[in-house]
Order: sequence, then C-alpha cells, then structure tokens
Amino acid sequence: MALVNVRGLVKQFSRRPTPFGRSSVVRAVDGVSFTVDEGETFGLVGESGSGKTTTGRCMLRLIEPTAGQFLFGSRDVFALKPAAMRAARRDMQMVFQDPYASLNPRMRAGAIVEEGLIIHGIGTPQERRDRVRELFALVGLDAHQLERYPHEFSGGQRQRIGLARALALRPSLVVADEPVSALDVSIQAQIINLFMDLQQALALTLIFIAHDLRLVRHLCTRVAVMYRGRIVEMGCTDDVFRDPAHPYTRALLSAVPDPNPGAQPPRVIFDAKASDLQAPLREVAPGHDAAI
Amino acid sequence: MAHDSVSPLLDVRGLTTEFAVGRGGSARTTRAVDGVSLQVARGETLGLVGESGCGKSVTALSIIRLIQPPGRITAGAIVFEGRDLTALGESEMQRVRGARIGFVFQEPMTALNPVFTIGDQIAESLVVHGLAAKAAARARAVELLEAVRIPEPARRAGDYPHQLSGGMRQRALIAAAISCKPSLLIADEPTTALDVTIQAEILDLLRDMREQFGLALLLITHDLGVVAHLADRIAVMYAGRIVEEGPTAAVLSQPAHPYTRGLLASLPGAAPGTRLKAIPGSVPDLSALPAGCAFAPRCGDREPRCDERPPERTALSADRHTRCYLHVKAG
Repeated sequence: MALVNVRGLVKQFSRRPTPFGRSSVVRAVDGVSFTVDEGETFGLVGESGSGKTTTGRCMLRLIEPTAGQFLFGSRDVFALKPAAMRAARRDMQMVFQDPYASLNPRMRAGAIVEEGLIIHGIGTPQERRDRVRELFALVGLDAHQLERYPHEFSGGQRQRIGLARALALRPSLVVADEPVSALDVSIQAQIINLFMDLQQALALTLIFIAHDLRLVRHLCTRVAVMYRGRIVEMGCTDDVFRDPAHPYTRALLSAVPDPNPGAQPPRVIFDAKASDLQAPLREVAPGHDAAI
Repeated sequence: MAHDSVSPLLDVRGLTTEFAVGRGGSARTTRAVDGVSLQVARGETLGLVGESGCGKSVTALSIIRLIQPPGRITAGAIVFEGRDLTALGESEMQRVRGARIGFVFQEPMTALNPVFTIGDQIAESLVVHGLAAKAAARARAVELLEAVRIPEPARRAGDYPHQLSGGMRQRALIAAAISCKPSLLIADEPTTALDVTIQAEILDLLRDMREQFGLALLLITHDLGVVAHLADRIAVMYAGRIVEEGPTAAVLSQPAHPYTRGLLASLPGAAPGTRLKAIPGSVPDLSALPAGCAFAPRCGDREPRCDERPPERTALSADRHTRCYLHVKAG
C-alpha cells in the first residue's frame, strides 16, 4: 500500500530582473511522480542541481510547490490549510545534511530533541523528559549527554541528535537529505546501520536523498534517478543498478571510482544534447521505468 | 648538494608539526603530524589517505611550508630536489612554491581570486616567477587552458571565476598549478566538492597532465576509490601517523593494518540491505592521544602491548610497511 504518492510535482524558482539581465524562471523540479510503499526505503539520487533536495523540501512544504499533488496516506498535503499542515508535519520529518548547521548551537541536546514535543503540546514535562531519554538510547547516545551543547559532539553524534529530533513525534515518514555525506567513512557506516535498525524497529517509511550511489544501493529497495528536475529512471534498486536503461544512469554508475579497479564498469559519457530530455518514463521491464 | 636521479624527488623524514592550543596554565601542544616519513619518486603518484583530522592536509601544508602560527614544524626534514625545504628562508621558499611544487586545493572558488580573470591569474605566476613577460604569459595562459580542455580557451581566459562551473574552475586551478612546469603537484581533495561525473573528468585530466608534463603527484583524499584509480602507492594516515604504506593494489587487496581493513570493510557494496561493518567509536582527540597505538581503542585485534607504546614502523616486504603489533612477534 502506497503511503506516499507524488503526482506531477513542479517547483519553479523565478529570478528577479537585475541591471544585467531580465527575469527568468528555473524549473528545479519539472513534473516528478513516484510512489513509496509503507515501510519501504526509497532512494532519490542525482547530482547537484538535479532537483532531488527541492523535491524533498516541497513534500514537507518547507518550500511551497508550484504545482502537483502529494497524497500522504489519506491526506492531500499541498491542499492542507496551515493548521492541518502543522498537524500533518508530526507525521513526516526531515533529517538534514549538515549536522553542524541544522542544530541550534545555543540549545542543549536534550532541549533540541524535546522542542517538537513542546510545540505539538505532547505529554507532561516529566513524560517529555522520559521520552527524550528513550530517544537518546534509541539513537545510541548516553543520557549524560543530554545537557551538552551541539559543539561538544562529533559530526556522527550530531547526526544522531538530528535523528532523535526527527523521531520524537513518532513520524511514519522520514525524509533524509544527504544525512551522511558530511561524515567520515568510518562514521558513515555507523549512521547507515542506525538508519537500517530504526527503520526496521519503527516500521518507518524512508526517503533517502543522496548522491552516493553505493550507499543508495546498499540501503534502498527502490530508487529514482533524477537529472535536471526530472526522474529519468526508476525501479527496484537491484534492477536499476544491474541493468541501467537510461544513458545518464549508465554514465553516473560508471563514474563512481571503485576501490577495486577490476570491478569498474567502462566509462560511459552522457551527451545531454544527443538525448531527448523531454521523453516520458515508460516501462522497460516489470516495475522498471526509464525516460527513453 | 647535487640532485641525482636515484634519490626520490620528495623525501620527507620524521616530519612533526605541532599546534599550540590554549594559553596560560592550560597551554599545551597538539601534534597534528607525528614523525611522518614518505617518499615520492619522479613521475610517481602517492595517495595520502585518511579521515578528517588525521593530519593529511597539515602534512601537505608543512611540505610547502604554509603552516601558520600557532602551528609550527618542530622536527624532520623535507628534502625536495636535493634541498631541505625546512632550511630555506621565506623568499627562497617562494621560488619553490608554485614554480617547482604546484598545488590544487579542494574548493576552487576560494582558491581563485574573484576579482581577477582566470587568464590573468594563470599568467601572474609565470610573470612572478620570471618565466615570461606579460604578453607571452597571457598567450601561455590560453595554451594551458586548452591543455586542461577548457572549451574556447581564448574567450574563457577573460572570464572571472564566478562565471565558470565548479568543474571548469578546478580545471583552471590545475592549469595555474602546472603553469610553471613544476616537478611535483600536491592535490588536496581535488574532487571532493565536485559531482561524481565531473570528478571522473578531473581524475582523467590529472592522469593526462601527469603523463604529459612528467609530474609527480601527491594526492590527498579520503576516498579509497579515487586513490585506487590514480595512485601508484598509498600511505594511510591515522591520528598524525602513517600506519600503512605500499603499492596501491597490494594495500587495497591485502590491507595489513586493522584500520585500513576496517575502512575497506565499512564501505557499502558487499551485501545490500545488511548491516555495514562499521569501525566502532570515533577518531581520537589529538590533544589527548593514548600512550600506545592511537587506533587501539577502536581495534578488534587489540593486545595488552598495544596500550603500552605505539608500534614502530615494520617492514612487511621491500615496499610495504605498517605500524601494528600484529606484524611484530611478541617477545
């Protein structure tokens, strides 16, 4: 059963006219549609400017979409009035890329995790404190770290705080935007394991936005590859990685340097000019679509 | 001292760089680089690998003597083209920097001056080092932009850095770095800020430049995939020390140090959907290092002697070394 159903999402940014140029419109997201089943881990991959982050932010209405529809369970998210939207946000949370910039440096770690509970009027002060301790244990932090400030934590620990904050309201959907790309290799693996454990324990639906194809392949059951605001290929991760149908996906996969040079696929160069970038997605194999 | 063809182009011995932290009663020093020895032969590429804070960038900055107070090189020799760079005065060092040793940094936007065109910035180093007069330098800059495969180089030479994409800026920076025909290029995370398809192009370019100009390359990166594709040899750093070194293929296929093994094992790829083999714990605080091996607290092969004193550099074969008691007979 699909928990997430995004239809024809469009986000335009307009540039105001300057003394040097006229106003212009950029379509950062250009008609993106996908569904994510309950409990699934869905990967959105692409390079900078592909629209993957904008897609995630539009879904949570951190920025307002230009057009399209997002059905989240029975809710039509883009049609919700402000009060109903605030209530819906309890159920969908975001984990951000930069664990340094996304935590308020003046708040203690415990207070950061508790803030959402206060805003949504959940529990008595004692119940909230218990919940924060429970969340700290859940993400692998010590209770004695509750009173510390963000700068006293390492990058990996900060991302654990970000995850505890996102999980405080027991969301059913977590959108994680490059949650490990600012972390060292040896710490990345710890946080990826934490995501996998939590997803299983809490039956989370996870949208994982990333540029690291190896991580996406490891973590996600399904994947959508974005290029210039559009999904160019989508399907089961295994199918897309083993048998990529779109030339851009092939180029992307061949560009990742493998620590074992023998396992490196031959380089494929994607020629955007020779490719029909307006081609609609069509089924190339059961459950595997490509815009070719 | 004359330079002969047998000795390495760059021979760093026992390099130690310390930073003073705190003041008054709490003053102490942090050893960011602790007794690092490495060699780079002419035309060779050495990959210096490690995580943030391991000392790989400080090693690079020490080699070109760009360590600023409160940092200071406290021990060691940096023999480059037969001369010890630690003994040179600043004006002599300026003739080495840029001219004999070129460098490329991670963030091409901050490494380029925003108010000068890229053509002027490339020409400037030729003029400063007395290798060309202004007009000739300008023509040479266009040739270099062509060499790094920037399309329409004559027109692009008049562009300011903000007019170029990230990948093109990194190309321009490489053009500037090789303008004076250095014998050594130091590249510190040259592709980390770039998208993966652009990264692949820059790695290809570095490989071409190395062959075309006979450059030796000291490549600093956290990405084992990048070194696998470009480096002849690898040195792995942890907490200021080189813990393992050897030919790239040998180190990556048969890592000797538990840290190298851990790094390779923690990469995703083997079995999708399963837990990754993460290295537990985190990188140690350099100002509070343990008395023994700095990796011991995170190591699965820890023995009592690991906590007593750091292991010495041990030869595994003629070209492979490690610092680990696993390779030293107890006794």
